Amino acid sequence: MSTPVLLAAGNATSEHRPLIIALFGAFVVATLVITVWAGRQTRSAADFYAGGGQFTGFQNGLAISGDYMSAASFLGISGAIALYGYDGFLYSIGFLVAWLVALLLVAEPLRNSGRFTMGDVLAYRMRQRPVRTAAGTSTIVVSIFYLLAQMAGAGVLVSLLLGITSDGGKVAIVALVGVLMIVYVTIGGMKGTTWVQMVKAVLLIAGTLLITFLILLKFDFNLSQLLGAAATNSGKGDAFLEPGLKYGVSALSKLDFISLGIALVLGTAGLPHILIRFYTVPTAKAARKSVNWAIGIIGAFYLMTIVLGFGAAALLSGDTIKASNKAGNTAAPLTALEVGGGAGSTGGAILLAVISAVAFATILAVVAGLTLASSSSFAHDIYANVIKRGKATEKEEMRAARWSTVLIGIVSIALGALARDLNVAGLVALAFAVAASANLPTILYSLFWKRFTTQGALWSIYGGLISSVVLVLFSPVVSGAPTSMFKGVDFHWFPLENPGLVSIPLGFLLGWLGSLFSKEEPDAGKYAELEVKSLTGVGVAAAVKH
Amino acid sequence: MATEAPPPPRNGTEAPSAPVSPTTEQFVEVQEGEEFGELRRTYRSFAFPLTLAFIAWYLLYVLLSNYAGGFMGTKVFGNINVALVLGLGQFATTFLIAWLYSRHAANRLDPKAEVIRERMEGEA
Repeated sequence: MSTPVLLAAGNATSEHRPLIIALFGAFVVATLVITVWAGRQTRSAADFYAGGGQFTGFQNGLAISGDYMSAASFLGISGAIALYGYDGFLYSIGFLVAWLVALLLVAEPLRNSGRFTMGDVLAYRMRQRPVRTAAGTSTIVVSIFYLLAQMAGAGVLVSLLLGITSDGGKVAIVALVGVLMIVYVTIGGMKGTTWVQMVKAVLLIAGTLLITFLILLKFDFNLSQLLGAAATNSGKGDAFLEPGLKYGVSALSKLDFISLGIALVLGTAGLPHILIRFYTVPTAKAARKSVNWAIGIIGAFYLMTIVLGFGAAALLSGDTIKASNKAGNTAAPLTALEVGGGAGSTGGAILLAVISAVAFATILAVVAGLTLASSSSFAHDIYANVIKRGKATEKEEMRAARWSTVLIGIVSIALGALARDLNVAGLVALAFAVAASANLPTILYSLFWKRFTTQGALWSIYGGLISSVVLVLFSPVVSGAPTSMFKGVDFHWFPLENPGLVSIPLGFLLGWLGSLFSKEEPDAGKYAELEVKSLTGVGVAAAVKH
Repeated sequence: MATEAPPPPRNGTEAPSAPVSPTTEQFVEVQEGEEFGELRRTYRSFAFPLTLAFIAWYLLYVLLSNYAGGFMGTKVFGNINVALVLGLGQFATTFLIAWLYSRHAANRLDPKAEVIRERMEGEA
């Protein structure tokens, strides 16, 4: 059933292309209306950066889920399960457990001690200009890598679903996504972005629930039966349900898996676009509540991807999935087509269109969050505090934020157009590894270690940033393997695809050594302020109300 | 403590509209006080060991997946094997720890933090 299904899928998409385009269009129009409405209420810098800081814990939890569940989670994980069985599921566990680091150590102290950016907390006790420059650089690097992955994914996905195969068409799609995200962020600011993310989260959960229900219906709601069918249909038998198909190949791939696992679990609490979401609620208590909601929503979602992925493996053949997209990224939409009644049926076409529109919404909401994180950091950390030395007016700062959004949007359209054939998963894992190596050590040391100094922060941020990026540059992700970005050349010397195993401990070590060898004494008064504020929230509620 | 504290020096990172906040001296005094010390102990003695525990449990799961294939492949019932049960166990412990921490924070941390905050904001 391999080629006929795929051809039929192609036919179904072309027959029902007006429907898919109408659903995409409806989402775009709805989100633009929200954006304009939010834009009218965006007057101050606190509105632009933090949506006024008055969202509820539940709203923010929903928006965090919308910000976090990227196309890589939705399409990537279900595709990876469909192709590699159990090993695909390992990703989602790391992505979920990571939230406990955010809940226990980061969310509340961050809410209490910062206002708009990650740099607010990193630079709190330190000399402002060097640390804000470092924090801004690392924010922009992490966000751009993440952004590139989403843009490349958008190009692949949307062109496949709309049947656009020409290079010009793919570039046009990437440009459309880029222009939309610029509009969302410049006009709607954090408030508009938050609402777009909430709408997307609801759509994603509803769409996934529907497909999960339909798959389970086919297997009498018996998970064991579903797994058995997936194992048989995959041709790999019981091995499909056990770890090892993807990462168990060699001693090196096992080491790579450990590296990936560490990066996933420590990366989340260092992702700037996630961290700034904690500023959109008024108190630490609300920040805690939002993480709890996010853990519930994201956990439920990943549980459903198990059904989605094994369902795809049970209902479609591996060849069908691979023929459509080598990485398995279209397994979820193809499964939607199948459970809707199969190729050629109206039900199948409608479900395919719905799931495609959900995937498109997912990408748009995530890129908007990433763009906002990087332009906020540029405007607030680098422009206002480094270039203008804290003397910029609120108006100037907001103008800088809007212009940097346009600039970052244009840069990511250009890079996304160039990167449209790159390995998406590699870029996302890199973003997590960089976040865990460059950002997390400094966040934790800043909040909890009295002797941490400016030099320690700089060594840790730049050391983690440079080591992780350099290791990836000379890894098989970039050259020397069949799946590399550059084919036909080989300049790799680092054997692992994920740098986390080396760069994360290095980031922590450098922060410690940098402080130890510092000539400058840590600022005890500033640490007292930071520590007392971070645990008690002194001055937070008042700061939000103006 | 003086009730007529001089206007605190403005923090360079705050917008001009930032409200008056306690002075650095007040923060140092609170930080060194017994009450804040207890809040810090109550928070750290709960959050730090729990963090180490869930990271160790997660790493154990990663290592088992890597190096204990036979054990992970053992069928528990039907086609459900140990690997799936342990994977779902990670979900369950994540939900459980989130709930435990939130309960601890609501019962033990929030009241202590509130007392300190209200007093400091009242004085400032």
